[in-house]
Amino acid sequence: MTASASRVYRLAFVGAPNTGKTTLFNGLTGGRAKTANYPGVTVERRIGHFETPGGRALQLIDLPGIYGLAGRTLDERVAVDAISGNIADEDAPDLLLIFLDASSLRTHLHSVLELKALGRPAVLVLNMIDLAKRDGVEIDIAGLEKALGIPVIPTNAARKSGREALINRIDSILDGIQTNTAAAPQKIEGNVLKSLQGEARAIANKVIIHEAGMNRLTRQLDAVLMHPLLGPVILASILFLMFQAVYSWANIPMDMIDGFFAFMHDQARHIHPDWLASLLADGVIAGLGSVLIFLPQIAILFGFILFLEGSGYMGRAAFLMDEMMRRAGLNGRAFIPLLSSFACAVPGIMAARTIESDRDRLTTILVAPLMTCSARLPVYTLIIAAFIPREKVGIFNQQGLVMFGLYMAGIFSAITIAFVLRKTVTKGETQPLLMELPSYKLPQIGDFLIALWNRVWAFLYRAGSVIFMVAIALWFLASFPHSADGIRGSFAGMIGGVLEPLFRPIGFSLETVIALVPGMAAREVVVAAMGTVYALQGNEEQVTQSLAQLLQNAWTLPSALSFLAWYVFAPQCFATIATVRRETNSLNWTLFMVGYLFALAYIAAFITYHVALMFTG
Amino acid sequence: MNAKRKTLNDLRSHEEARVSGFSSDDPTMVIKLREIGFAEGDTVEIMGRGLLGGTPVSVRLNQTLIALRAREARLVEVENFT
Repeated sequence: MTASASRVYRLAFVGAPNTGKTTLFNGLTGGRAKTANYPGVTVERRIGHFETPGGRALQLIDLPGIYGLAGRTLDERVAVDAISGNIADEDAPDLLLIFLDASSLRTHLHSVLELKALGRPAVLVLNMIDLAKRDGVEIDIAGLEKALGIPVIPTNAARKSGREALINRIDSILDGIQTNTAAAPQKIEGNVLKSLQGEARAIANKVIIHEAGMNRLTRQLDAVLMHPLLGPVILASILFLMFQAVYSWANIPMDMIDGFFAFMHDQARHIHPDWLASLLADGVIAGLGSVLIFLPQIAILFGFILFLEGSGYMGRAAFLMDEMMRRAGLNGRAFIPLLSSFACAVPGIMAARTIESDRDRLTTILVAPLMTCSARLPVYTLIIAAFIPREKVGIFNQQGLVMFGLYMAGIFSAITIAFVLRKTVTKGETQPLLMELPSYKLPQIGDFLIALWNRVWAFLYRAGSVIFMVAIALWFLASFPHSADGIRGSFAGMIGGVLEPLFRPIGFSLETVIALVPGMAAREVVVAAMGTVYALQGNEEQVTQSLAQLLQNAWTLPSALSFLAWYVFAPQCFATIATVRRETNSLNWTLFMVGYLFALAYIAAFITYHVALMFTG
Repeated sequence: MNAKRKTLNDLRSHEEARVSGFSSDDPTMVIKLREIGFAEGDTVEIMGRGLLGGTPVSVRLNQTLIALRAREARLVEVENFT
């Protein structure tokens, strides 16, 4: 053991997309990398560590899924480079863990042969074996080992017992591996591929003892969910239900959080000296409270998206949207990054790496920020709570309807703008759609809760860091120097005063403009900033009022609607802009995106404001 | 061989057929179709189509489901089981 104990073995996770590579990686390393039930979730290389029962140190390398070694998209290239040791300062892997979904052994076995042909030590991880067995699949494992000439480990990476089957064998496999002497991957021609497929089908015929039909649940669900007429109706209903739920289910916890912060605000008011009371009450508590109240809504939205991603429905949504996306000049696959952008545009933009054509990918990136991300939820909810009556329209909550309308405005403009971009600046041929549709799965409750907690924690973390600091900084800037003019005479007022004339035509007050400036950091920050600014202005009677009530008195309806229209478009998020810069690797495209979004925001707000003025007289 | 060969796109819904070959019109796309799993002798069945223009198409390929557009489905040649 002495020689091998000091050595670190590098194990690369390779194979077709959506075969459970990241699930096993998370299970072994305790990592929390995103997993979901559609192809192309992992777009980056990820490294983790694990110690075998025999005391060996392993470096585990999780890679994006690939069907072959062509490396056409950015994420595929990452995988191909890592397998062939083409990454600077990094050795090639010592062992390939080749993943295969046991249910699709016949269809995908040729990719195992292609990877095995690289000549590196390899093991076949025959994953999701329990699901395949449940469907009635029987595989001669020993026969498969013999035919392939590499160890085959049937497992279920999602369960501890399944992972142990693999862990228990890993030492003996590593004992047997030789020094690495593999050739660089060769470009596979059609004929070579054809003969590999022939070889793979011959092996499959030998080792598949019993072949089942397609997964029955999937067949039955698809008959409804992918029905040409019912399917689109159901997709729209799911989205609609999601936004109604965000509204109706969150009320009680939101009222509780609101009550808690009102209480804290009241307590902080009694602290001495007065300036400290104001800093804590008006700066910190008003700022944080105005954002944290939206935690329940954000959790519900994330819950829905996580469920859709884990269930296998995302691929179907992409299927149903494909023809519409194609007419807009995009790939149906682009729907997945765009739907992920409902949570946050940053992972959405990164998910565009799975799109092969540069032009398609660029177009998707440029419109992704139009999808209504969760950070807009606080902004929308706040304004809707203040200005839209809590009434029912038929069976629907009117506030929920307005929210649904805002989401639709985002989707509709994304599709329209994609269409315009494809006709002008990102011209080119549309790429074909070719995508595996996974079997439906009920997401495991534990994984679901962990993923939900990760997202919630990210929101809380940002509230505790960025928003906390913005609230304090803004409190200082808006409190000093003291002036008879109130906030207008303060530093914040002076800065806002410079921008104010620009925003007057769209109905934004000085307070709004002041809040917009720190709101560049992230969209929900504007809410915290308004919390602080309005709390500072409030007199003693108003301190117990919520921010929504304060806005009701301070703003007119046209200003409020104009503000909503602004936030449909405005790219008020540094993280998004930085991600676009990194992913496009182009300052020009980044500036183009920021420019067109601000221009649209201004035009939309201007029109909304003046139309609303006409109606309200 | 001027007779038009039957393609995956010509199949009726739930009509099972066997892949017999590939069109020579688009060799790059054929490689991608092979990579995702289409091969001679495989069983295919159309499971569903989109509303507009009958595209995209969802195809059962052995036990796997694949989504593709009508244009690409035309590259896969099929023959009926006899």
